[in-house]
Amino acid sequence: MSSEHVDEISGVTTTGHEWDGIKELNNPLPRWWVTAFYITIAWALAYTIAYPAWPMLSFATKGILGFSSRNEVKNEMAAAEAGKAKYVAAIQSKTVSEIAADDALREFAVAAGGAAFKVNCVQCHGSGAQGSTDFPNLNDDDWLWSGKTEQIQQTITHGIRFAPDADTRQSEMPAFADVLKPEQVAQVSAFVASLSGPVRDKNLIEPGTRVFADNCAACHGENAKGNRDLGAPDLTDAIWLHGSGEAAIASQVRAPKNGVMPAWVDRLGETTVKELAVYVHSLGGGE
Amino acid sequence: MVETGGVIRRDLEIVVLDQAQVERLEAEAVNSAKTRQPLYAARKKIFPKRASGRFRRFKWLVMAITLGIYYLTPWLRWDRGPFAPDQAVLVDLANRRFYFFFIEIWPQEFYYVAGLLMMAGVGLFLVTSTVGRAWCGYTCPQTVWVDLFLVVERAIEGDRNARMKLDAAPWSARKLFLRMTKHAIWLVIAVATGGAWIFYFADASKLLGEVVTGTAAPVAYATIAVLTGTTYVFGGLMREQVCTYMCPWPRIQAAMLDENSLTVTYNDWRGEPRSRHAKKALAAGLPAGDCVDCNACVAVCPMGIDIRDGQQLECITCALCIDACDSVMDKLGRERGLISYATLADYNANMAMATSGGTGPVNPALVRTPSGSFAYGLAHFHLGKIFRLRTYIYLGAWSAIGLVLVYSLVTRERLELNVLHDRNPQFVTLSDGSIRNGYTVKLLNMIPEPRTIEVTLDGLDGGEMSTVGIDPPPSRSFSIAVEPDRLKTLKIFVRQPADQIRKPAQSFEFRIADKASSETAEYTATFNAPEISR
Repeated sequence: MSSEHVDEISGVTTTGHEWDGIKELNNPLPRWWVTAFYITIAWALAYTIAYPAWPMLSFATKGILGFSSRNEVKNEMAAAEAGKAKYVAAIQSKTVSEIAADDALREFAVAAGGAAFKVNCVQCHGSGAQGSTDFPNLNDDDWLWSGKTEQIQQTITHGIRFAPDADTRQSEMPAFADVLKPEQVAQVSAFVASLSGPVRDKNLIEPGTRVFADNCAACHGENAKGNRDLGAPDLTDAIWLHGSGEAAIASQVRAPKNGVMPAWVDRLGETTVKELAVYVHSLGGGE
Repeated sequence: MVETGGVIRRDLEIVVLDQAQVERLEAEAVNSAKTRQPLYAARKKIFPKRASGRFRRFKWLVMAITLGIYYLTPWLRWDRGPFAPDQAVLVDLANRRFYFFFIEIWPQEFYYVAGLLMMAGVGLFLVTSTVGRAWCGYTCPQTVWVDLFLVVERAIEGDRNARMKLDAAPWSARKLFLRMTKHAIWLVIAVATGGAWIFYFADASKLLGEVVTGTAAPVAYATIAVLTGTTYVFGGLMREQVCTYMCPWPRIQAAMLDENSLTVTYNDWRGEPRSRHAKKALAAGLPAGDCVDCNACVAVCPMGIDIRDGQQLECITCALCIDACDSVMDKLGRERGLISYATLADYNANMAMATSGGTGPVNPALVRTPSGSFAYGLAHFHLGKIFRLRTYIYLGAWSAIGLVLVYSLVTRERLELNVLHDRNPQFVTLSDGSIRNGYTVKLLNMIPEPRTIEVTLDGLDGGEMSTVGIDPPPSRSFSIAVEPDRLKTLKIFVRQPADQIRKPAQSFEFRIADKASSETAEYTATFNAPEISR
């Protein structure tokens, strides 16, 4: 076989390779293609020197450009923080009412507060802030301690019945199991339930009214509308923190649950607390 | 060692036997040193001669139009009022808008671009099946820019012969000067080409100022650099190699040609046997075709091929060989069209006539009458030949897509409404027992003018809307200003009294209306309530 062999039909030399009578024509690649091919090899090698690449026994080469994806993340986070700085500064210097009144600031605070809520609050209040039995729903218009932005901020800052914080919201419903007779408990439960719905035994309502006036009105008010200074709930509405119906009410009269919410300012800082307050206020029930 | 035992002796016998019986194979290592070839083939340089004639004139025209469109389009203005850019054609990536004269496209309307691409595809089928590789020969940017670069080359270094001489000459001050001038002008064209591209993506005059003063975005300079590089390398240095080695189009287009498609054809049936001494041959009683073997067709070919070898992959059908040959035929006083646009069917028919049905070599006398004119029955081209069923199907598909696009463009909505029902929580019970649902409502004002949009609740007895951040008291209708060419997101709470709730899932409509233009849009939403509320 000689490299000089020329294919008769095409007039092209063959490579000298033959398989079952089929000869391979020698149509070499153009120079630019081959050059580009070698450049890609050189590029690949240079790349592994410039960037982290070669695995060693206990480490990998770092690359002479000093690139690291952790630094990339750090830089991007810093850039994101810098982008937020303008809003964060405004939020720090303004009151929550002012923030809520400013379209752009409110939008930012709702987004930031929503993110903080997902991390810190959903464990009790639920991912949609809808709460559950014993944990208040933050979407509705019924507030134990007021739904004004400043008041919400106060609640988040210092918590409720949170002993370590001196400024925490303080109140406690006493247990009436030892004070009231069982039938009095049934009577007052029937009375309270009747304020927002039908009851089984209408005869209990009238004596219940007297029990209520003697024992409950001090905190919940003469008309049972509650008292926000004390965190005493409105008993005439459709919203029941610890469950609706006579049985649930009776249970709460005998041995009340007094929920605790921790103070968040030390953990989250004032800015995030403000954002959370604006977020909660925006959920639809804010006053 | 032989004496030490029979084993070895037996081995020896085997060796001897094998040597006698083994077949000798014709084999050679693939990388055998004596047949090793270089990996690349050196490019054979091409020095296209200047052609002149009707196709060359048409190509100048196409070149002027296509280059004009490319360079000038970004500078056209189109007044869209104060709230939108006034550049006629603008791909505004930052704001995700595409402007084309009176059309503005939002990202969700990208199907118009998809439709245009489909039209381009079917259009290519249509063009290729009828007039062959016209795209390659006339309008492909590679062809146009190579043509432009060749104009510069000829102006600096002269036509074919001068260039060949210069190329072969040793380096001298003159050669260096000419080469540097040529490449400098090429680079200027390349920079202008890359520079023009970026003007499609931002306000042209502002960006030009920024580019010149060095204040434009790095991506602008990077784009110019890359396109300068590709223009210079593809148009100036690689030229025909791009078409032959890199471009997939020639392969695809070849598959779309059939025997009724026009291709640039050397008409062997009147050209062969070619001879430089036709008169002598005729005097000797030998046949002589029209081809005088002057090689004018080869000299003008930008691909460096010989069209007389038949239709080939490299041929971009630029038709310059037709011009070259026609001018020679004119000088010789023979009919034009020795090289012509012809269909394979015509060519085959004429070849059959010239070769007596393929039984002999080409005899040009068979296609001519005794007086010298073309014989009766010779196939000549006319337009009807390329319009066939296939053509009409392509034309129909192309027009159908176009009509659908135009129809949807004319009837498209410029005011839109999207509603997303809150899922978590689906509903909220309020202190008076009424039920509230939350909705994220998006108002799309797709015209570059501010609008006041009235949002109305339709259905849902007793239902009322309130909006976060907007003060009007709960109502069934409110108005809101929406910025020009923007999307406005509203958080709307809808509340329905307990005694009006009829079922856990009620349908109702959000309606929006622009009172000024009486455009409307509506969205059917669902209002959820707990089962016990009924």
